Formats: sequence, structure tokens, C-alpha cells
Amino acid sequence: MSRKVILCRCEDVTLADVQHAVALGYADIEEVKRYTGFGTGPCQGKECLAAVAVAAAAAAGRDPAALQPFTSRPPIVPTELRLLAGTKRAAGTGTGTGKRRR
Amino acid sequence: MIDDAETAIVGAGVMGLAIAYNLAARGGGKRIVVVDGHYMAWGASGRNGGGVRQQWATEMNVRLMQESMDICSRFAKEMGINIWMRQGGYLFLARSAAAERRLQRSVALQNDCGVPTRMITPAEAQAQVPEIDASGFRAACYNPTDGIVFPWPFLWGYARAAAARGVAIRTSTPVTAIARRARGGFSLTTPAGTFAAERIVCAAGAWSPEVARLVGGTLPNRPQRHEILSTEPLKPFLKPLVTVSETGLYVSQSLRGELVGGITVDDGGGGDGDGGEIKLGSRLAFTTAMARALVELMPRLGHVKVVRQWAGPYDLSPDGDPIVGELPGVPGFYVVCGFRGHGFMMAPVVARHYAAYLAGDTPHPLFAAWRADRFASGRTPASGGEDMFIG
Repeated sequence: MSRKVILCRCEDVTLADVQHAVALGYADIEEVKRYTGFGTGPCQGKECLAAVAVAAAAAAGRDPAALQPFTSRPPIVPTELRLLAGTKRAAGTGTGTGKRRR
Repeated sequence: MIDDAETAIVGAGVMGLAIAYNLAARGGGKRIVVVDGHYMAWGASGRNGGGVRQQWATEMNVRLMQESMDICSRFAKEMGINIWMRQGGYLFLARSAAAERRLQRSVALQNDCGVPTRMITPAEAQAQVPEIDASGFRAACYNPTDGIVFPWPFLWGYARAAAARGVAIRTSTPVTAIARRARGGFSLTTPAGTFAAERIVCAAGAWSPEVARLVGGTLPNRPQRHEILSTEPLKPFLKPLVTVSETGLYVSQSLRGELVGGITVDDGGGGDGDGGEIKLGSRLAFTTAMARALVELMPRLGHVKVVRQWAGPYDLSPDGDPIVGELPGVPGFYVVCGFRGHGFMMAPVVARHYAAYLAGDTPHPLFAAWRADRFASGRTPASGGEDMFIG
């Protein structure tokens, strides 16, 4: 059953994959992301993060609220290189997107 | 609660885990503990581009990387984990006469060491990677036996093999204080309790100076923020990792199909724009510089989408060479840092020699060349001559 439940549709990560990662000791969301690849596709976790967190917490016997989400990375949506190449902005100017960095 | 150990390794990155594994694999049964303040792969080991190359400009680095490449090529079979390794080569491009001469010098040395690098023309480079716009380049060099790996499985592989040999690995366990004990050795304080260790190996990368300060030691390293981005996956088209000498641009295609690459950003401070602090935020200045350089190099990539960018710290020593061995003034405190963005590819081989050194074997020459006390006089010594850095 858990092999047929897809949690991350971009990268085809199943419930079984998440349970396997947690069983190996990779139980934090950042570790589950790295071990399974969930959240690294076009949606960057926007569709799957909550579902994976619930599954990982259940597998680890932890409260989902105790899990930290993974660090959100720019850009907000997949963006073509040619658009970024056309951006005129001085070097050293921050985007403000680093606020949630750890 | 953490049990006392013979060796405490601070930093569960590739260097710390590989040293733990190599030390444990030598046997002897002495207890080894690895502690890290974050999750595994939080630091630079989880943030680098995964390049593994033998194109260096000093015999020490070329020969070390030949050995490291050999370890990498057998890693999957020996450690039982897929590292997504692909030997597609490294292609260095040069626009200036100075960069061309630098490549020529290093290629001659590499050939003497048995690395099959060769100088090629821009036209040959373009034949190799048809997507490149080769106009404006003077020369290039290519070594087919360089390659890329997926960095994280190295950590899992080393961690699993170390744990199987009795190494205790404690992530999310920051070392908050280190005291020197009267009869030798150290006492390390963590939120999980205080434990004793006869010696400490500080494998904390750019964070090493912070750890050294806990025992009253000083390291002259400074961090430098480097950023990377990853695109949507594409059909396999890019065989070598391509890098441009003048800009620090590098890009490769992973086995997942994503283009992964970075570039040196003018941070307004001559590479020291963060003022010595480790900053890991993402900057639009990087994204735009990378996008411009990449589209200029390969115009057909304009419609490829960037999905993610992140940052990691290079760890720079004053003379550009790593710093290894016992820290002056702190007996029993060993460092392994200053690898300037190539610590990941060096770790498999350096860790092997480091374990031998800790076990009392005749040290590899790297321990004399990169000894920590070369900065003790306060002066910066002449570097070992390495100039094949990217970024």
C-alpha cells in the first residue's frame, strides 16, 4: 500500500520511501528531503511538504508540530535563465529571501 | 548522555565522517564519537557542487586527487551506496593569455603525474560541447577522467560504515564548551551531556575557527560565501563539467538531469563582503550573474528554468593551502580545514591519510606542507603554488 501512495508528485517519492528514510535515522525534514529527494522538483515542496511532514512524524512517533520545514529556496517559482539574465540590479543587493535561513 | 571517547570528532561532514570511518576501519577498538550541531550534510559537505577533478597545479594536489578519484570510483561497491558518479571529464576554458599559460603549466604537470589532460582549441571544445559559444576563448584543456558525484551519499556511506564499526554519531548536538583537563585530554559540553575525549579532531570546515576558540586556539581562516543554483532536469546533453577560468563559472549536469553550477559574485568587498562572518543567505546578484554567464556560454539554455539556489562557505586560509595537524599551543587538538571549496573532493584521500597520522604511522607529506604552525609567526608564508582554483 505505502509503495503506491505518492507524497511528492514531482519526484515520485512514496510513503514507503519516507518511512524507509526515517527508519534509517534520517528523521528531520531536511534529512528526509536529502535522502528521498522529495521537494526538489518544480514545486519545491509547496504541494508535498505538509504531507511528508505528517508521514515522517508518524513514522518517527513524533508530533508533526515538532518538525521544522526545510529551508525555502529562491526563486519562488521556476524561472527561465533568460529572464534572470535580463534583470538589472546592482551587485550585493539582497533579495530578502534569505530570512528563513538557518 | 555521551560516553567518554579516545577521539572526539567535531563536524559530521564528509571530512569528519571519513576520518571516523578510516580510523575505525584500522581497528584497535578505541572509542570514536562524532558530534555535530546540525543535521548531517547541513554544512559545506551538503552544499557543494560535487566536482571531483585531478586537474591541479601542484604535484601534491594532483597525486592526492588521483588517489581520491580511485577511492571514489570504488566507493559504491565497497560502501554499498550509490554515489551517482559520472566521469564525464572537466573542461577548463580560458579567455586570457594569462589563463591559457596557467592551464598549459598545469597540464604539463598533470601529464607528468599520469593524468591524461590535454590542451585543446576552442573549436575542439565546441565539438565536445556543441551548446557552447566558443567565440572569445583562446584555449581550453580537458581531462576525461575527472567527474562529478552526488555529495550526500558519501556522508551516508561513511556514516553507516563508521557506525557499523562502533563509531557513535550524534547530530543536532552542538559542542558549546571545551575544557582542557588537568591530566591531558578534553571535556566537551553538549546539550546531551558532558563527555571526555583524549583528543579532538576539528573537522568543522569554515566553522573551525569557532571550535578552536572554545579551547583557546586561533585559526587564521576566513569564510567566503559561494552560491549555487540548480535547474529543472533536462535530457542528458552535457558530458563534462565546464568551467571558465576568468569568471569562476562552472556548470555540470547531474545524473538526475539538473544543471548545477555557480559563479564568483562581486560582493562589493573583494571577496570579503560578509566581513568574516559565515552568511548563507541567497542573493539575487548571484542568480543574475550566473544566468547571464550561463546564457552567454550556452545561448540555447535561455528557456531553462532555475528551480533552486543556495549558499555555502568556502574556507580560506591566508596562503590558500589547507591547514592540518595539531594546533600550536593546544596539544591533542587536531585541525583539518582551509580547503577553499575543494574539501569535499579531497576528503576521501585526506581522511585516509589523517587516520594513519592519528594512528602514529609515518605522516603523508601533506602534513609537513600544510602544517598548522606555519602561521605561528603571524606572517603568511608563501603558498605551495596551487592556482587551479574555481571561484
